[in-house]
Amino acid sequence: MASNAAVPFWRAAGMTYITYSNICANLVRNCLKEPHKTEALTREKVHFSVSKWTEGKPEKPITKMMILTKIIDRGEDL
Amino acid sequence: MFRRATSILTRPILSGRRRPFSTDLQEAYTGDANFIEAWQKVVPNIEPPKTPLSFMKPRPPTPSSVPSKLTVNFVLPYASELSAKEVDMVIIPATTGQMGVLPGHVSTIAELKPGVLSVHEGNDVAKYFVSSGFAFVHANSFADIIAVEAVPLDQIDANQVQKGLAEFTQKLSSATTDLEKAEAQIGVDVHSALNFALQG
Repeated sequence: MASNAAVPFWRAAGMTYITYSNICANLVRNCLKEPHKTEALTREKVHFSVSKWTEGKPEKPITKMMILTKIIDRGEDL
Repeated sequence: MFRRATSILTRPILSGRRRPFSTDLQEAYTGDANFIEAWQKVVPNIEPPKTPLSFMKPRPPTPSSVPSKLTVNFVLPYASELSAKEVDMVIIPATTGQMGVLPGHVSTIAELKPGVLSVHEGNDVAKYFVSSGFAFVHANSFADIIAVEAVPLDQIDANQVQKGLAEFTQKLSSATTDLEKAEAQIGVDVHSALNFALQG
């Protein structure tokens, strides 16, 4: 039976579907005409709160607002 | 491998637990019978509270003959582009190619690639460029299309597309790690799809 179905190239490179989908969406937003582009860029911003956990307890959370593409680039820096 | 197929197929299926198919029709949820009974014993004069599930409308049943129109729900994370709109046909950019969906189409789940989605209603055609997403076609001629980003074609800037295409083609040739190559490849795919959409 087929157990090794052809995986898409992005999954073979270790990317998840959500990352792929968000990258596609960002690229499309970058190719829009003004004023749609500025509207779209506001949508690109994500608000999220990250907290590191030590010894089973969360430390103080850091609330951030960042552009999604930069999050992908900066991976572990969060 | 298939020599025993006929005997296996004609054997009755013995299963301890029969799971319903997701395509089976669900009854409208009227509330947990036990809870309502208990409520009415304690508070007979007030209506029992409704739970979110009872507000959900059950899926419209599959009609016995093919309906004349396809009902499309096209949604984005921030807006609902088309909500229960009756159309004649939609052409969706599936990863397996452009797929035309007519009323009575077989139930399908399709992953979308960056491309043009066109909605045909009589003589009008509405085209959107979709970044990626999924399309679910149900047996009752309802189509749910979900995308992260969808723009009408006239909002796309051709210069940006050309610039992007050149930039990513260049990145693709100079990429080293797998991840860089994948990102550059995605860039090339999306921009060439945008280019193609603008020309078509």
